[in-house]
Order: sequence, then C-alpha cells, then structure tokens
Amino acid sequence: MKKEIRFRLNGYEVSSEVEAHRVLLEVLRKDFELTGVKEGCGQGECGACTVLVDGVPVDSCLYPAFEIAGKSVTTIEGLVGEGNRLHPIQAAFVEHGAVQCGFCTPGMILSAKALLDEIPHPNEAEIRRAISGNLCRCTGYLQIVEAVRRAAEEGAA
Amino acid sequence: MTQFDYIGTELPRPDAPDKAAGKAVYIHDFVRPGMLYGKIKYSRYAHARIKAIDTSKAERLPGVRAVITGYNTPQIRIGFIKDNVALKRDKVRQFRDEVAAVAAIDPEIAAEAVDLIEVEYEELPGVFDPEEALQEGAPLVHETDARGRPKVDNRVPVPWKFVAGDVEKAKQEAAFVAEGRFSTPLIQQSCMGTAGCVAEFDLQGNLIIHTKTQIPFLAQNDFNAALSAMGLKGKNSRVIVPALGGSFGTGLDTHGYEYIAILLAYKTGRPVKIVLNREEEFAYLSPRQPTRTQIIQGCSREGKLTFREIRMLLDNGAYTSWGATTPSVMMLPISSLYRVPNVFYETTIVYTNNTYCQAMRGYGNPQAAWALESNLDELAEAAGIDPYDFRLLNCNIPNDITPMGLNITSCGHEECLRTVAEKLDWKTKRGQQRGKARGVGMASLFHVGGSGRVYRSDGTGIIMKLDDFGHVSVITGGVEMGQGFHSALAVATAEALGVTPDRVMVVSGDTATCPWDVGTHASRGAFTSCNAAIQAAQKARKRVFELAAEHFMPRVHFRMKLRKKKEPDFEIPDLDYERYCDPSEFDLKKNIVFFHEEPENPFLQLSIEEILREAHFKEQGTMIVTEAFYDPCNQMIDMKTCRGNMSAAYITGAQAAEVEVDTETGRVKILRFAAAHDVGQVINQQTIKGQIYGGIVQGLGYALCEEYKTEKGRNLNPNFLDYKILSAPDVDFPIDITCVETHDPEGPFGAKGVGEPGLVPTAPAIANAVYDAIGLRITDLPITPQKILTALKARKKAA
Repeated sequence: MKKEIRFRLNGYEVSSEVEAHRVLLEVLRKDFELTGVKEGCGQGECGACTVLVDGVPVDSCLYPAFEIAGKSVTTIEGLVGEGNRLHPIQAAFVEHGAVQCGFCTPGMILSAKALLDEIPHPNEAEIRRAISGNLCRCTGYLQIVEAVRRAAEEGAA
Repeated sequence: MTQFDYIGTELPRPDAPDKAAGKAVYIHDFVRPGMLYGKIKYSRYAHARIKAIDTSKAERLPGVRAVITGYNTPQIRIGFIKDNVALKRDKVRQFRDEVAAVAAIDPEIAAEAVDLIEVEYEELPGVFDPEEALQEGAPLVHETDARGRPKVDNRVPVPWKFVAGDVEKAKQEAAFVAEGRFSTPLIQQSCMGTAGCVAEFDLQGNLIIHTKTQIPFLAQNDFNAALSAMGLKGKNSRVIVPALGGSFGTGLDTHGYEYIAILLAYKTGRPVKIVLNREEEFAYLSPRQPTRTQIIQGCSREGKLTFREIRMLLDNGAYTSWGATTPSVMMLPISSLYRVPNVFYETTIVYTNNTYCQAMRGYGNPQAAWALESNLDELAEAAGIDPYDFRLLNCNIPNDITPMGLNITSCGHEECLRTVAEKLDWKTKRGQQRGKARGVGMASLFHVGGSGRVYRSDGTGIIMKLDDFGHVSVITGGVEMGQGFHSALAVATAEALGVTPDRVMVVSGDTATCPWDVGTHASRGAFTSCNAAIQAAQKARKRVFELAAEHFMPRVHFRMKLRKKKEPDFEIPDLDYERYCDPSEFDLKKNIVFFHEEPENPFLQLSIEEILREAHFKEQGTMIVTEAFYDPCNQMIDMKTCRGNMSAAYITGAQAAEVEVDTETGRVKILRFAAAHDVGQVINQQTIKGQIYGGIVQGLGYALCEEYKTEKGRNLNPNFLDYKILSAPDVDFPIDITCVETHDPEGPFGAKGVGEPGLVPTAPAIANAVYDAIGLRITDLPITPQKILTALKARKKAA
C-alpha cells in the first residue's frame, strides 16, 4: 500500500510517496538523498540512524515512514548553516577530537543537540545518558563527552 | 630538545568537518548509475555436501539480472594458503560458506531471490572444538589441501615454534614457578560502518572496485589473481577506498563477498554493490582469533625472570586466514616482553567447522598479553614480590637485543610502569583494600612501533606535488580508517616542508594514482608515511631553494620597482639584485622563503607560491613534484627459527586499574584507570589521545563483556543487543593517559606507532586488579559477573 506523506524536513515542507513497510531511515537516504543518517544495525541498537522528530531523538531504522506525516524531522545536514557554517555542536566535535571514523558522529551530534535543547548545562552523567544509545567503537567516548560539555559552556543550545 | 612548529600540537583533523556535517561518503553512500544490488546465500549447515543447487525460480523473479554459484563461475581460490574459494562447490564447511549469489535491481528483490534458490544438502557430522578435531576419527574438514594432496588430519600446516636458551634446565633451576591456563574467545571488530564494496568493469576488461579495505595494493594483487582465474589475465584492478566507518583489522584480508561482487559485475556488465547488514557483519566476517594457552613462567629468588614456556591451541575454523599467523606477532611479547633468556613457544592450529578468523587490532598481542601478564602476577605472588616491583625488575631497556633478535632502540618501559603506579597510588593501595573488595592491578605490553615486515616489502611511497598557490598535495597509498593517519601525515608534511598545515591536502585510496603501500596495519601508517613524506619534503625543499637561487633576487627587484611605481616616495633599498645566490643560503618556514642569514628582513621574504609561479610560467618552465619510497630497515622473520628484527622500532606501555567488585552481583566497577604509552613523539595531541582512549575502551570490552558466542558453529549473538560493546555510561570513571616521549632514532620526528597498543594490556590489568580485590583469578575472558559469582560461591563452598 502506497501513500503520500507530507512532513517538514530540515526546515522545508516536503512530500514523498512511500509504501507501508518502509522506515524513515530508508526514506531519508533514498528518496531525499540525505546520506548523513547511517544504518549501523537496522535494529535500533546502535543509534547511528538517530534523527530528531519534533526535537526528540529517534532511531529512524525502526520508525515507520507513515508515522512521519505532519511532523518535523532534523537530520545532520539540517544543522549546517548558511555558507556551510557548522553548528556550534558540530564545531565543538571538530575542535575537541570527538570525530575519528565519523560513522557514529551524525547520530551522536543529534542526540547531543536534543540534550542541550532541553538541558543547556548538563552534568557529565546527563551527557553520558543522553548519548547512551549512540555506540562508538573508535573514540572511547571521552572526547565526545568533552565536546558536548564545551559546546554547552559556549551556549550551543 | 627540538622546537617544532606543528609536531606535538593540537590540530583538529582535516576530515572532521565533513564527517561532522554528514558529508563523508562511505561505501553505503556510494552509488553508480545503473548499479545492481548483490546478495549472498549462505550455507544452511556447518558441514555438508552440496548435492544440487536449483536457481531457476530465482532467475525468473522480475528484477533479477544474474544468479551465480560455484558451478557456473570460474573457481577463484582465496586465502594465503588458498584453501578457500569464493563460491563453494561440492562441500560446505561452516555456516559462513557462500553457496550462491544474486544481482538484482534493488536490495529487496535480491533478498527475495536468494530465498528462492534451492540447495540440496547431505549433512555431515561437524567438529566444533579444536581438541576434538585433533582426535582420531574426527570428521575431516578438508579432505585435501589446496594442491589436491590428501590430508590425514585436521592440522593446519602453518607451524609456529620458537626456542631460545634451555627452558628445561631453567625450569629445574628456577626458585619460583607459576603455571596457568588461559583462554580468550572470539571477538568481533564491531566497526560502526559495516563492510561492503561496489565492483564494476570497464569496457577493456579492467576491474574498478570501491571497497572497504586497509590493503588496497595487496587487494589489487588478490583481485588480479581473480581476474586471471576468470580468463582476464593481464587485465588490471583499480582499488579505490571510500571513507571507512572503522576497520580494526577487518580490512586486512580480501573477502568472499568482494570476489562475488566482481563475478556478478562481470556477468551483468553493470556495477554491483554488496554491503553487509549488521547480522551479516557479525556472522559472515572474520573475528579475532580465539586462543587456549598453557603457560609456565619461572624466576630466580630475587625475582629475575628465567624462563617462559607456552603452548597454544588455535581453533582455525574452516579456512585459513590471518588468525593462523597471529602467533608471529604473539611471539614478540612471548620472546621479548620483559627480559627472559629461556623461551619455548609452540602452537597447534586446527581446522574445525567454526568461523575462521583474521586480523583484529593487536593481531594476537591482546591474546598473548592475557596469558603472559595474568601469569606474571601469579609468579610474582609465588616469589613474594609486589607485581609492580617484579615488573620493574624485569622491564625492557633501551638498546637491547631480545632472544627473538628484536633490536630495541628507544624504550620507555620503566617510565611507563612508574607512571601508572604513581597515578594509582599503587604503594598505598595494593593489597590494602580487600575488605572493601577493591584492588589495583597493572599489566604492560610490548609491540611493534616501527612497522613490521610481514610481507617481503614493508614499503610506503609518497608523492608530493606543489601547486601554483603554494598548496601541497601529499599522495599516499595508506588508508584513513578513522585513526587519524591523514592528520599525522599533514602535520608531518607541514613540519618537514616548511608550510602551514592548512596548505596540505592528503590524497589517498586509489591504486591507480597513489604510490604503493603494503597496507595500513601493524600501527605503521604514520611511522612509514611520515618518514617517506620527510624524504619527499626534503627533496622538494632542495628544488625550492634551487629555484630560489635563480628567481629570488630578480623577483624581489621586480616587486621593489612595482612598489616604487605605486609609492613614489618609497626608496628602493640598495641591494645587489644581480648577485649570484646559492641554494644553501635559503630557508622555508610557514610558507615564506627567506635567507638564513636575514630571517627578519621584510624586503627579503617571498611566499613560496611566488617562487613556484616564477619558475612555472616562463619558457622551459618547471614545477615541483617529488617522491620517496620508504622501506624500513627491518627483516622478515626466518620461518624455521622465528628470528629476525621484525620492526624498525618497538613500543612498550603500561596500564593499571583500580576496581571494586560487587560481591552480590559479580559486577566489576572500575574506579580509576591509568595508561602510559611509549609513543616516541606525539605528532598530534588530539588524535593520539583518541587512539589510546579508544583502544582502552575496546580493551575494557574485551576484558568485561565482549564474546562472540557460537553453538555447533552457528553464531548466537549477531547483534548489538547480545554482543555488548561499551557505551558512554559504561565509561564513567577517570582515564588518565600519559604519552612517554622517548624520541626514537628511526621514527619520523621521533614518533612510533600507537594504533594498536591501547587495548593490549587492558584485560590482564583488570584481571590483576580483580585478584587484588577479591583474591580470585578469572582465566577465561571475558570477566563476567557470572564467572565472578561462580568463583566466589566455589570458594565459599570449599571453605
């Protein structure tokens, strides 16, 4: 069964015709060519597919495409400002060595953004909890936590 | 102490912005027009004969463009002893075996087609334990070897044996002896970005393959052999490496799915993409080699190590890959971690119907360190000596040759040990906190730090190209997999050439355009590439100064006259603009060419791009492109004696942990962790910390919770729910790292490798800390709560 779904994507009104079985991850990557959102496991375990739906981080690999109708989606591409300017959280990740292979990075940054939007000055435990669903195999998390902490200090919400 | 401009500073990596913006192109993101999607059908049994394969239904499914099996494609032999083939015929030997594959216009159709392929099997009894596989009458995994000669047992003909001194005599004479048995499980590399490739042919029969690899040139060699088998002898492969979502050793071998993509691409005439999903990544890629080790070590009354006797049993799985060569690396700590004059090491490697293993970060060293460093604490206890003091007494020293013939030059072992002991208040805490079930433990490591000659060439080429804007392309055959190799190379180039780092662009990952490199493994990327870059930069500087000799003063004069035109009051300085300049008079720093003797004179400074343009835009102009091929002064080990100076430099390090064991749940809580690594010279503060932190956290996963479980050859936990890797809340304790700089004579700016050591001593450090906390030693990784509770209960019962 196919249906046209309309939603807001990175600030723009968009629509796509999708089948019932499709998930948001696949719609974003294939229909909208937003390849910043990654498939890490396809089972909601690793967080590489994290996007913000109405500001809330979700695993887009488990999110039925039909459910996105009328909602607002932010992907990592949506954080980059005019003139290719990095969002302060993205810049903090770059500045503080929080990026190695980069595969977990988009999901990690979006989880951090959701945190800082809700808690502008989180403590370390709150940062760790916010990114607990984003697995990283490269960094050991220390420089990521530091980057989020510094972004918060610099008022990155 | 040399003052560097860029070496040792904190410079953000050049590839980080694109990755943070979601712009990096990984194999999953890479598309080609007209691309088809490949999917592989794997075996239903661990051990069976293939009676028949019926692909007719799959072929008829709309959208399917090709269905291949081992029966309608040329046989491609793979693996370093060639005991494996890309598509199986006659027999399957493990659940991973590829029996057929499909290429279709979209992934869903490909998956559906795979289900429509019918394979008739005759199941055979399987063997899943290496000890059982050695018994007489055990099912033969391979009836013949790659050359068709009959096999009589399941032994893999890759014998490793190392003998130094007289272990038997030393055993008789030792004052104290400790014996132990240790085991390590299968471990999955767990890269966040899974494996995959896109293969296509040009119209001349050459292959172009974009693939997740750490060995583009060795892969080229493997793929060219495949092309020969396909009747395309003389055609060439071009291997292109996309952004990698981690690798950790998965990219050190070529894989069945790559050859299958190549076969599908040839059959269909279209690009074919095969990407593994997470379940396939777990179940069908090669994990870390498991080990079973028997170890005996002994020392003198004073605590000097006198001998080490080690026997290892390795489960080879169904086919042979790099897992069977891990002993060649295990031999390094076994023969050379601490000073031990008498060493015996022997391995038995056995085929089973389990999964086969290849490389994973550390390449056997974590497995060896688990046994060596756990048992060393047992020996220290037998001798009544604090294990920290014991290690100090026996630590490696600079300028020493080990029994394996390893020529240790720079060495910071003692400093590393002292550092972690101090950071953790060792003397105050060791043996003092058992009432609280708290303890401290440490372990150290010995590994290659100046590359490792495992192939006949250990070389790395660099091409350095300067353009009219004073920008430099550094072209390398090495691979960036997240470790920060590009960053190290850019910093080293800037330092060696005399330009600012923002002027340097690293280009890599294409066998057609990049110079040869044996592969990014053995922690060798920065060591070899930066050394080659230094040589190429010196050649470039020489050329720049030759051009300056010709063009500097005339250009300066021209600028003076131009300035006079614009500012009539300007007085042209009275310099000898016609004088002969010698190249040796010049220097280049931060993009500016100037005279040695007058570095501050503002009239005698030209940007490098001005010199380059002067030299380029004229009759018989010239441009600067230089190259260097660095192949270190190390040796392949002699296969009979297992001796040879494998690396051009060696690294040591120590890690220590303070833990608290919850005796009701069995959970090990880490309170503090300290690491000190002998790195030679820090190149980039940010990336080196990233490598060590990341290694430690992988090491903690190895120690506490990671285990790839199998039952009769089938992987039971091919997902992140059941195969647990550490997440951010798990690392909620301070980790203190120290980079000990020993300034290696061969290393680029004194630097040594650092990619692997972070996870080598972590597990034994934890086990040793647990022992201090509760007096119990877990000898089989991982140290799970269940094992601790079982051990506690057993002790209580025995009491």
